[in-house]
Amino acid sequence: MPFTDDHERRQPGTTDLAAAAESGGTLARARDRLHRFVDSDVFYSFRKSPITVAAFAVTLLCFVCAFGAPWIAPHDTNDVATLDLMNAELPPVWLEGGDWRYILGTDDQGRDVLSAIMFGMQVSLIVGFASVIFAMVLGVGLGLISGYVGGRLDHFIMRVADVQLSFPSVLVALLLFGFAKTVLPRGMQDDVAILVLIFAIGLSSWVQFARTVRGSTMVEKNKEYVQAARVIGRRPLPIMLQHILPNVMGPVLVIATINLALAIITEATLSFLGVGVPPTQPSLGTLIRFGNNFLFSGQWWMTIFPGTALVALALAVNLLGDWLRDALNPKLR
Amino acid sequence: MNTRAPVLESAGSAKAPVLQVENLRVEFPTRRGTLVAVDDISFRIDPGEVLGVVGESGAGKSLTGAAIIGLLEPPGRIAGGRILFAGERIDTLGRQEMRRLRGRHIAMIFQDPLTSLNPLYTIAHQLIETIRTHLDMSERAARKHAIELLFEVGIPDAGKRVDEYPHQFSGGMRQRVVIALALAAHPRLIIADEPTTALDVSIQAQIITLLKRLCVEHGTSVMLITHDMGVIAETADRVAVMYAGRIAEIGAVQQVILGAMHPYTHGLMGSIPMIDRDMDHLVQIDGAMPRLTEIPPGCAFSPRCKEAMPTCFSERPDLARVGDAKVACWLFEGDEKTGRRSEEANAAGKGSDPDAARLEAEANSDIADRAKERASAGASDIDRKTDEIEGRTATMADGTDDILVQVSDLARDFDISPPLLNRIFEGGKRSVVQAVDRVDFSIRSGRTFSLVGESGCGKSTVARLIVGLYTPSGGRIEFEGRDLARIDGRGEIEGIRKRMQMIFQDPYASLNPRWRVEDIIAEPIRAGNLLQGRKAIDARIAELLVQVGLSPLDGRKFPHEFSGGQRQRISIARALASRPEFLICDEPTSALDVSVQAQILNLMKSLQKELGLTCLFISHDLAVVRHISDEVGVMYLGRLVEWSDAATIFDAPMHPYTRMLRDAIPDLKMTGQDRIPVAGEVPSPLNPPSGCHFHPRCPHVEERCRREIPQSTRRDGRLVACHAFEEGRLPPSKSSIPDDSIRNPE
Ligand SMILES: Nc1ncnc2c1ncn2[C@@H]1O[C@H](COP(=O)(O)OP(=O)(O)OP(=O)(O)O)[C@@H](O)[C@H]1O
Ligand code: SF4
Ligand code: SF4
Ligand SMILES: [Mg+2]
Repeated sequence: MPFTDDHERRQPGTTDLAAAAESGGTLARARDRLHRFVDSDVFYSFRKSPITVAAFAVTLLCFVCAFGAPWIAPHDTNDVATLDLMNAELPPVWLEGGDWRYILGTDDQGRDVLSAIMFGMQVSLIVGFASVIFAMVLGVGLGLISGYVGGRLDHFIMRVADVQLSFPSVLVALLLFGFAKTVLPRGMQDDVAILVLIFAIGLSSWVQFARTVRGSTMVEKNKEYVQAARVIGRRPLPIMLQHILPNVMGPVLVIATINLALAIITEATLSFLGVGVPPTQPSLGTLIRFGNNFLFSGQWWMTIFPGTALVALALAVNLLGDWLRDALNPKLR
Repeated sequence: MNTRAPVLESAGSAKAPVLQVENLRVEFPTRRGTLVAVDDISFRIDPGEVLGVVGESGAGKSLTGAAIIGLLEPPGRIAGGRILFAGERIDTLGRQEMRRLRGRHIAMIFQDPLTSLNPLYTIAHQLIETIRTHLDMSERAARKHAIELLFEVGIPDAGKRVDEYPHQFSGGMRQRVVIALALAAHPRLIIADEPTTALDVSIQAQIITLLKRLCVEHGTSVMLITHDMGVIAETADRVAVMYAGRIAEIGAVQQVILGAMHPYTHGLMGSIPMIDRDMDHLVQIDGAMPRLTEIPPGCAFSPRCKEAMPTCFSERPDLARVGDAKVACWLFEGDEKTGRRSEEANAAGKGSDPDAARLEAEANSDIADRAKERASAGASDIDRKTDEIEGRTATMADGTDDILVQVSDLARDFDISPPLLNRIFEGGKRSVVQAVDRVDFSIRSGRTFSLVGESGCGKSTVARLIVGLYTPSGGRIEFEGRDLARIDGRGEIEGIRKRMQMIFQDPYASLNPRWRVEDIIAEPIRAGNLLQGRKAIDARIAELLVQVGLSPLDGRKFPHEFSGGQRQRISIARALASRPEFLICDEPTSALDVSVQAQILNLMKSLQKELGLTCLFISHDLAVVRHISDEVGVMYLGRLVEWSDAATIFDAPMHPYTRMLRDAIPDLKMTGQDRIPVAGEVPSPLNPPSGCHFHPRCPHVEERCRREIPQSTRRDGRLVACHAFEEGRLPPSKSSIPDDSIRNPE
């Protein structure tokens, strides 16, 4: 080994870690990674912010309730057979006439509000996630191409984005629904309603992803590591996906989180207007709409509780997004 | 020139130091504990004295300066010691008082002239404001004073230009304005933090001269912070060498530079490539400066020190007086000091030290035949010279046998005009930069060809053209005699591209931060399908890592876990992965500290020998070029002005521009030899001068130079593009510093 004499001495700490990771195999490596994460600045800034920790707890709770609903919900609200009109319009337990089986009361058909919220949140989250993922894939893809290729294609994509931005998302969704209604046979409308919803919400938020990614891509593509990859002879597509994409994902995650909250609210808005999910799969927005009819007749719990759940979820996710943005931005640290 | 009398507050203070720093300690509280960035340093600056503070990046130089002037960024704070200015404590002053002191009595010059000037105000506005804040003067008098100051710092037409905005000045001119601003209130001390680092060599030389002259005229003291020993040698009276937050050695500049005592200073001096020194191997300090979190107990230099003894690892050496200097090293405690000192002074005086080190390195080399080969090749200097002359004639002759890369008439324009719509509506003009303008050269197999020149002369563009990152707008690039533009098959051109690889300048940007080192190095192998199977690839990665002096275990880490020098090694490993024959290196060491630069240069040299690589090396540093290359091309504003072999071009430069560059290099030997003063600045490439681009700065200019582009003329084994050369009216080149003692130690 002719040149070992001139290599820089490695720091003892890191060598030990590496050596340990090497010998201990995957488990030690995983432990090492966990240790690094717990020790990282991002985690530190998380721990230091009580609001973020609370937001995280709320989000986690919502997720557990939503996706654990089939197992932990007191009632299966999707099973019409279990409904009993005798139990209709019961108030929450702490009010006169409340029943412990229906902690947050029931609706006009005897559906448990708490269970309905849990199942509804599931629908809301699925629609939210799916539409954000759709927007992200579309936006990141177009942004990467636009930033990397540049020139006319870039111009074209960005002009389309401008046009898109000038339509509010609710309007886009309404237009799409109208379109779907006229084109699709009646029987299919309910089946594809969720897909149309996801498509509509996603379509209205891809621009933000595309613009951000385009900007970062234009910065990254001039960095020497990308040029090194070009000199090595990599083609544009692998360069975009393997080199640039991982380096522009930070801001994308932030936007995705904040957009998740937005998407959930948009979905609720659309469902509230009656163009969202079919009534057979009620989301939080649907619940609010149904409950709204009873608000003035005194059965406020049918709409206030789903509304609170929606606000809590959206706020918590939004706060997480804000924190993520600050934590990933070295200038604010 | 009106020479102002030194402005001293009181006549009696002539002897008392202007600045006294005692046991200064600067700390940064972080959540992982307190970092000590400046650790117990003491020094003083006398009236009219220039104290150089030199050290590698992270040594704590800038923090020391910031602490003195009260500009430490929180959470940094002074945690101990005293700072006395003209006998009075200033580290305890409040913000208000400190602000009054700044600018009035202590001024500051920063590295980047752009950040020191406000782009929204005219030069006059900024100067007058500074003057009137500190001196009791009327607007009119202040304006007059401002113009005087500009004149003094060498701004032509000062009366008119004073009303211009900073962006209308070139980089060098802006730094002059910053100096004028610093001098405005006749301060007694100027703290200059890397004042020439952002500038080209030729401008650096001018700024150094200016600063030195002004200090003498005004009697101002200067604390000159820099990483460049050359700048120190040119300007400083005394120098403090900093290492890991401490002063390693402090003393008169002659003493420290020529007779360095501390092993770190000593190594540092040996690791600087010099323009007039032929060396196979630079002296090399292994490792890198420890991070602040990892400063070892005892002597901070102990992990890298060749002379470390047991005490060094446990006890910290204090600055102790040795002769005229002070050194913090256990070697100089007690009776060892006299022995080592005289030996040192002797060695430095003869200048044969590097050669001795080289011999030592050779003896240590475990490849015996390489040592033998070197011994016979470099047996005597005379042999070497004849060798070179033969080599040279072979190159310049038209024998195309072993030419690997041939570039002919290569040109590349960049259209930097505003978009069409803006041009139409705002009346913007089309503007085109000729980044590379009909450049010809060839590189023979196994040789290193270097391109040198100042910033923006088109060196990097040439590299990128050859490697295919840009397409030429004219001319040809031939690899093994085949025109790259005319190869059609995609497979074929990729085959050729695989045989050339590139190493980039910025070690922090050239590795993908999200990839593991092993994946970075394996990328060319995987992309080209050069090896099959995980085992084979892993084995190759390990081999490459060892080849560049890293450990195979390093493959699992991410780039951010490495220092700049180590990252550059990773870059080299990646470039070598596809077993290229031709390596293009674009300023591979200019972002590194000198001691690390020496490691990388040594590594590259030995790799080149071992693997028989052909190299195109690009640098703005003539000394590095001299050290690494066989042949050199000098570029100026997109054109190749001189091409010859390395020794000739630096020992007897021909083209007036080469001569100017040669003379702009700081004289580390401190011979005090007279040199041609450097004139002017590189003009804007958007609007280059007619005829010979160099004519506004050339001492030999004639009418023809302004009209006609000079063509390359071949004579005495060199190509020079200059009318004066062609006409034979250039005076013979002043031979470089007569230092036969250095080349022939016997
Ligand atoms: N992509 C580009 N677009 C427009 N102009 C460019 C581009 N690349 C280089 N130039 C211009 O071409 C000229 C030569 O640039 P180049 O990078 O080759 O110089 P250089 O000699 O490598 O300088 P440095 O020492 O600063 O690296 C400069 O004036 C530069 O501004
Ligand atoms: S004190 Fe010891 S380790 Fe430090 S420089 Fe001197 S000899 Fe080397
Ligand atoms: S051509 Fe004329 S101006 Fe240009 S370098 Fe030669 S003498 Fe000077
Ligand atoms: Mg360059």
